[in-house]
Amino acid sequence: MSIAVAMSGGVDSSTVAALLAGNNSAIASGSAPEVVGLTMQLWNQRRLPQLLGAEAGEGGHASGRCCSLDDVYDARAVASFLNIPYYVINLEEQFETAVVRPFVDAYLAGETPIPCSRCNTEIKFAQFLTTARQIGAERIATGHYARIRRDAQRGRYRLLRGVDRTKDQAYFLFGLTQEQLAHSEFPLGEMTKQEVRAVARARGLPVAEKPESQEICFVPTGSYRQFIDAYLGEQQRRPEPVAGEVVSTDGRVLAGHTGIQNFTVGQRKGLGAATGAPLYVISIDPAKNRVVVGDDCELFRRIFRVRDVNWIRPHSPGESMEAHVKIRHNHPGAAARVEAHEAGEAVVEFHEPQRAITPGQAAVFYDGDEVIGGGWISKIL
Amino acid sequence: MHPGGAVLQGKMNRIYFDNNATTPLAPEVFDAMCPYMVEDFGNASSIHWYGQRAKAGAEKAREQVAKLLNARPSEIVFTSGGTESDNAAILGIVGAARADRRHVVTTAIEHPAVLSTAKALERHGISVTFVRVGSSGVVDPADVAAAIRPETVLISVMHANNELGTIQPLEHIGQIARERDIYFHADAVQSAGKIPLDVQKLGVDLLSLSAHKLNGPKGVGALYVRKGTILRTLMHGGHHERDRRPGTENVAGIVGLGAAADAAVGNLADESGRVAGLRDKLEAGILTHVPYVAMNGDRAHRVPNTTNLTFGYLEGEGFVIAMDLRGIACSTGSACSSGSLEPSHVLTAIGLRPEQARASIRFSLGRFNTSEEVDATLQILPAVVEQLRAVSPHYHAPTTAGKR
Repeated sequence: MSIAVAMSGGVDSSTVAALLAGNNSAIASGSAPEVVGLTMQLWNQRRLPQLLGAEAGEGGHASGRCCSLDDVYDARAVASFLNIPYYVINLEEQFETAVVRPFVDAYLAGETPIPCSRCNTEIKFAQFLTTARQIGAERIATGHYARIRRDAQRGRYRLLRGVDRTKDQAYFLFGLTQEQLAHSEFPLGEMTKQEVRAVARARGLPVAEKPESQEICFVPTGSYRQFIDAYLGEQQRRPEPVAGEVVSTDGRVLAGHTGIQNFTVGQRKGLGAATGAPLYVISIDPAKNRVVVGDDCELFRRIFRVRDVNWIRPHSPGESMEAHVKIRHNHPGAAARVEAHEAGEAVVEFHEPQRAITPGQAAVFYDGDEVIGGGWISKIL
Repeated sequence: MHPGGAVLQGKMNRIYFDNNATTPLAPEVFDAMCPYMVEDFGNASSIHWYGQRAKAGAEKAREQVAKLLNARPSEIVFTSGGTESDNAAILGIVGAARADRRHVVTTAIEHPAVLSTAKALERHGISVTFVRVGSSGVVDPADVAAAIRPETVLISVMHANNELGTIQPLEHIGQIARERDIYFHADAVQSAGKIPLDVQKLGVDLLSLSAHKLNGPKGVGALYVRKGTILRTLMHGGHHERDRRPGTENVAGIVGLGAAADAAVGNLADESGRVAGLRDKLEAGILTHVPYVAMNGDRAHRVPNTTNLTFGYLEGEGFVIAMDLRGIACSTGSACSSGSLEPSHVLTAIGLRPEQARASIRFSLGRFNTSEEVDATLQILPAVVEQLRAVSPHYHAPTTAGKR
């Protein structure tokens, strides 16, 4: 068998499976199959039943999210339709350790984390790839809108964003190693979302009209606050509500709050403080348990530090370069100077101030379409 | 046609070694059932000819099942399967018991059909003792005796364990139950058709079995209820099965169970030796040709068809998939708990660490397996294990095997 497709039950990964299954039109020789579909069971939505209320159907399970029973049914239906072997593999324990717990801990530390990058680095392109190789697949394919190029001269793999500008998922893949890139395929990298839908329809895939899911997959209600509260409750780790202060940038106490995990940089609503002009969260100070608020213009900053940097195009400490840097998935990106430091750190200096640079989010460095590297925003300087 | 298609269309020579999950329907069972799905479709409770034909089919099956168990036909109640039989027995006895008898003894290695029912009882204020087992996977009757209290109303112990195949000393436990005047239920789903079953010898008051584990159809089972045993029924409805189980009889299924029981009675002596030979050959071949494999459970006291092996440095889930892609069906633990996060409760109960439990594979053979299939498996399996171990982050220090 040559390739394992990570099937989520959505239209993208289903189309990948269809494209690859269609390529293997050779006559069967009785040997092992060329394409196998695998779904990662990452999180049990029934585990925190209090979160199911709004979404729960008759059967009491969440629908329309990754790892819901419906998604597994959809993925299985597509595999059956394509007549490829299909299995569900359970990675719940690894997902909780590598993604969910760090996500919750980061919020408790006053950051605003993005779990998808960690999931890619630690689960999809690590555990999943391992399982794929164990069952005899040399490579894996996913439905990411990104491209991999082999640089024959340097013997390295390059990561490029997909041709669909509206679906840049290379942003979530900055953590991939050379080894991971060498064993991965992104068949949708050259396609637009519209083209993918068209292929899905033309092939008659049962999920061709399935709507996009935008939320974080393990947060069924879309409210990460509810999720964190429920998860900490289940773990019996719910912290005593530590009353903290909401202060202005010049140090005046404006109100109280019941936990920094309820705030994110750039947030406007629910601050419990009013000064006449609209107020925004400028920063969060976990040491003092303080939320600092101020004018919109105070959100615009230029320089920040990045930790745990992964360089896909290698850079040595001290080296610096011009790059296009994105600080959020939906940030258009802006020109900056990036300087590589020791110990996997980097300092990014935007030429123009950018709004709401947020600790815990990923900063990804591009050279045109190519992802040079990226890391986690740790401190605004 | 693409290669994946070949697999699903069954052109690969497939080998089925998961007979403890379910078994293929025997041809003679299929033949016996067919008329009851077509011409003899009547409701067994109807007065007319159609009803009488159906009734006769069901009553013949009742005799066949009774014969398998050395029971009277009137002591056989047909159900929807092993899970219903277990629930009906346990909830039925506890529900009908005097208010001062609110304690149940069972074991830590029961099937979820018993284990979850016992846990449901606990939530309703009944206390339950889960007797532990040692590494043999066989419960010690002395431990069962020690768990008994004045208020104990029921002892429920499985006959053969579904994951290990180990046979529990029911005769001995049956004596204890009789001496102490406690009802005794046995889940015999995994022993029926594999080893002789005699409710008189075993001393059971209630015994569960399921047709699809002995080459019968799915969706039908039976509960043996010793004459004079009073059960509270689970469901309310008509007066079927002597008021013990309402609902129009699943006549075709019941006939299938009867035919399967009949075949088991006829074949048992020859089949158990033949299957044991295949199982032993497979087990010995694996233990000889694959390093770092250990057998689980008591070798002497087990059903002839089952072997459970822990493969060091192996992901069980990946192994089952890799084997399936090569056309060989086996399993990690039981099908009823696969897909769950928790390692097998049976394997952890016999002292395996969670990672060992996850690296344990069950091969369960059956009536339609052949010596050639064992040979073919032994050809393929070592390379599959090697392929998985090559990717394992732990498989670089074989000299530390067992110390991990």
